[in-house]
Amino acid sequence: MKTYPTYILTRLGQFVLVVFIGINIAFIVTHSTPIDPVEQSIAAATQYGSTSPEAIALMRQSLKELYGLQGGLADQYFAFWRRILLGDFGPSLSAFPTPVSVLVGRALPWTAGLLLSSTLLTWVLGNLLGGLAGYYRQSRALRFAGILAMAFHPIPYYVVAFVLLIVFGYLWPILPLSGGYGMNMTRALSWGFIGSVALHSILPVLSLALVGLGGWFMGMRSLVSNIVTEDYVAYAELGGVKRSRILASYVMRNALVPQVTGLAMSLGAIFNGAIITEQVFGYPGVGTLLVSAVYAGDYSLVLGITTVSIVAVSLAVLLIDLCYPLIDPRVRAR
Amino acid sequence: MGRTLLDLLRFNRQFASGAALLLIVAAYACLSFFSPYAPNDTYVAPPDVPPDWTYLMGTTSRGQDLFWLLSFAIRNTLAFGLAVAVLSRLLALAIGLVAGYSGGLLDRALMSLNDTFIVIPLFPILVLFYFVMRDRMSWGLLALMMACLGWAYDARLIRSVAMSLRHREFTETGIFSGMSMRQILVEEHLPYVLPIVFSTTMNNINWSIGLEVTLSVLGFTDINTPTIGVLLYWANQHTALVSGIWWWIFFPVLLVVMTFIGLFLLAVSMNEYIDPRSRLGRRAP
Amino acid sequence: MTSPVLAVSDLRAYYRTSAFGVQREVRAVDDVSLAIQPGEIYGLAGESSSGKTTLIKTIANAIQPPLQVLAGSVLFDFAGQRFDIHALRPRELAAIRWKHLSYIMQGSMNVLNPVRRVRQTFVDFAFRHIGRPLPEFLDVVRQHLQRLHLEPQVLEAYPHQLSGGMRQRVTIALATVCRPQFIIADEPTTALDVVVQKGVLGMIHEVQRALGSSILFVTHDMAVHANLSDRLGIMYAGRIVEEGRTADVFRAPRHPYTTHLIGSLPHLGDAAPKQGLPGAPPNLADPPPGCRFHPRCPRASDLCRRDVPALETDASGHRVACFHPATESVAESIS
Ligand SMILES: Nc1ncnc2c1ncn2[C@@H]1O[C@H](COP(=O)(O)OP(=O)(O)OP(=O)(O)O)[C@@H](O)[C@H]1O
Ligand SMILES: [Mg+2]
Repeated sequence: MKTYPTYILTRLGQFVLVVFIGINIAFIVTHSTPIDPVEQSIAAATQYGSTSPEAIALMRQSLKELYGLQGGLADQYFAFWRRILLGDFGPSLSAFPTPVSVLVGRALPWTAGLLLSSTLLTWVLGNLLGGLAGYYRQSRALRFAGILAMAFHPIPYYVVAFVLLIVFGYLWPILPLSGGYGMNMTRALSWGFIGSVALHSILPVLSLALVGLGGWFMGMRSLVSNIVTEDYVAYAELGGVKRSRILASYVMRNALVPQVTGLAMSLGAIFNGAIITEQVFGYPGVGTLLVSAVYAGDYSLVLGITTVSIVAVSLAVLLIDLCYPLIDPRVRAR
Repeated sequence: MGRTLLDLLRFNRQFASGAALLLIVAAYACLSFFSPYAPNDTYVAPPDVPPDWTYLMGTTSRGQDLFWLLSFAIRNTLAFGLAVAVLSRLLALAIGLVAGYSGGLLDRALMSLNDTFIVIPLFPILVLFYFVMRDRMSWGLLALMMACLGWAYDARLIRSVAMSLRHREFTETGIFSGMSMRQILVEEHLPYVLPIVFSTTMNNINWSIGLEVTLSVLGFTDINTPTIGVLLYWANQHTALVSGIWWWIFFPVLLVVMTFIGLFLLAVSMNEYIDPRSRLGRRAP
Repeated sequence: MTSPVLAVSDLRAYYRTSAFGVQREVRAVDDVSLAIQPGEIYGLAGESSSGKTTLIKTIANAIQPPLQVLAGSVLFDFAGQRFDIHALRPRELAAIRWKHLSYIMQGSMNVLNPVRRVRQTFVDFAFRHIGRPLPEFLDVVRQHLQRLHLEPQVLEAYPHQLSGGMRQRVTIALATVCRPQFIIADEPTTALDVVVQKGVLGMIHEVQRALGSSILFVTHDMAVHANLSDRLGIMYAGRIVEEGRTADVFRAPRHPYTTHLIGSLPHLGDAAPKQGLPGAPPNLADPPPGCRFHPRCPRASDLCRRDVPALETDASGHRVACFHPATESVAESIS
């Protein structure tokens, strides 16, 4: 058992470790290439249009630093870190001279919104249905829901999104397929705009939810079918405690504890899914940005998105970890 | 372990149907060895022929017979999944067993590392990897990279089993009789963790194939080795869907979904087998 | 004689499992009959896996698969009303539970919900029976906790913040706060150290006297029975083999198994360690024919190997199921 402050400190330490190792992996990966990445990037970035020589010189400078190619390995390493800590990835090559941070900052809210809504929806619904299915094992409707949820679960995000695109794009075109909001809309805080954003998010959220639902469903169902055999549940039944109370406060409430941990642990995977789903539906988030950055050969943007993703996901995990004691009074060591 | 699998096959419908699905997929993959074409042959058949008796699955816009091409693709995809699974199994087993067995500080350090790899979003890193490798990106390199990044979830499971084994009698007997840690882990503990290794292997194959498909569809791999994802990539390049060449997309997706569901069913039924409490089905009539 | 609060007759409950096509039947409770009077503490003794927990679970209608009741009845008499506990509808059952019939579970360490404060647990279990507004209800609970020497602050604690002994006392308080007529207690003190155990037993006794309840008290610890129980039933392999007033059973045990149980109690000044009973308790999935004790019995005859001895009652109300029961002198010489 740990006290609250030690718990917080360990979680903070873990957060720092995740960021540290993540960034190091990024550094190693960028240094694993045998090609001269700077010249290649510049060639790729300039092949589409004429860029002024000064711009190319600027690019070369920031690229060299970003790739960490100036000075010895140690210098390179520290220069790399400095850039990252300052959040300064230089100008984007494909959208020169807009800084990478601006592009990422513009895309991040879309991804965050998409992730938040789909994850919340999926987690709540999956846990609710899974919990009920674990408690009322003989219910046919719930068993059917389980089969349905599980059928989608093993299929990768890309395939599900793609199939949805086919279904709603070609067979039954009722939903907008692409973009974050209507083409003719101006970005303003009006009902029309919000409605359009909501409408455009239906398919991406749906494909994320379809894949995610099965996991939470199964996890919760098996947790609940274990928890119903716990002494405190049997005892509450013996005590004539109301069924609804037992289900909510004894069974589900206890099963939620590991599910919160599970949420923190699967955030990375969910993020992967969001990236690819965005790309399929042309959603204006970091996923679409990342893929188009690769196509445009925009190294600074790719590196910027990668590092921001690492930091953002670990921050989200840290947030969940910090909330964890609210749901588990024991604040157990993990 | 062998007995267990046999029992599952006989008494567990999920397991049996999963095995059947995979058997079909595997048999189809084996057909590739009898293909009249080489995997990268193009324009050997008339393009865009819908499925008929000559071309069971139709042909692509690049003049390939989809039936044979797909057999290569699924073979490569399965091999890829297996390669990642085997490599990451070695890592997961080594780290999980050592952490669970030794406990203490080493365990804490390894699990910290483990949690780190669980949290880090791999997809952007793999994209970055492709970005710097470009044309040098190969099937094997990607498998290696994914194995190095994808062991963490399973190492945690293996560790929890290993931890429960640590205080069993045979471990202590082993220690007293002077067995080395490696001997104890390999000879005494490994058999106990095999069932869980089996189910995590299925999940891991699923995971790696899923990522591979995703990366290839975007063109972020070696697009000259046919895999399911690469097939879809070319289909997209030729806007197959818009031009109504549905079979170019339908059959690869069908096959890969069969694979996913098959693997998943094996993993799930095995998991249920491992956890006896969830088998009880207390409220079942 | 007043009418008993609890009358169990010919109760039979088996665990029936089938795994991978193999059927198994564990005969954990076989033809058990007993009656418990108001205000009485009835002790149930027997070695591990003799079916004590199964019996009282069946009595409390806490039956979960694979356990099945095959025959017999369990009748309670609460305030002149008769209840066949296996025939009640769930709502009627919920109305009796805790108001008239409460239960202290074996391994009480895990019976409190780990994510719920003790106060909430008390509300869940007892609030609807006390029938007072919440603040008054909590006052009642606090006063009751004091009886068990617990501070009112425990109410705000989570179970993991309490020591084992405190948790045990909290469960006892929980089981007694509604002043039930009948309390079932399954090894409530086994996990505790001797000093705490003694205190807790004293408290149970105190509360029982204050409430006038009956208790069905299960433990394999004969010393506890000697101090606490009014009457004692001895269980062996799913059957009751002997039953009588505790003093009588201890003074003159008649079944050879009882003789052994009592003989195994350590006495001050014993020179040699006690001899164990040869053999192992039978496998209840495949019990021996005839008297289930015969393979380990020094007095077994062919009759014992063939027929099941009935539980006969003698003039003083002492019951024993044995073809060759000890007379008092034999009992002395064996022990
Ligand atoms: N859920 C179950 N499924 C199958 N058999 C069971 C189950 N629970 C108990 N049994 C069997 O029923 C028999 C009686 O068990 P029970 O728990 O009633 O014993 P007990 O007398 O309470 O023992 P103890 O003193 O150890 O608590 C044992 O042989 C046990 O193996
Ligand atoms: Mg018991």
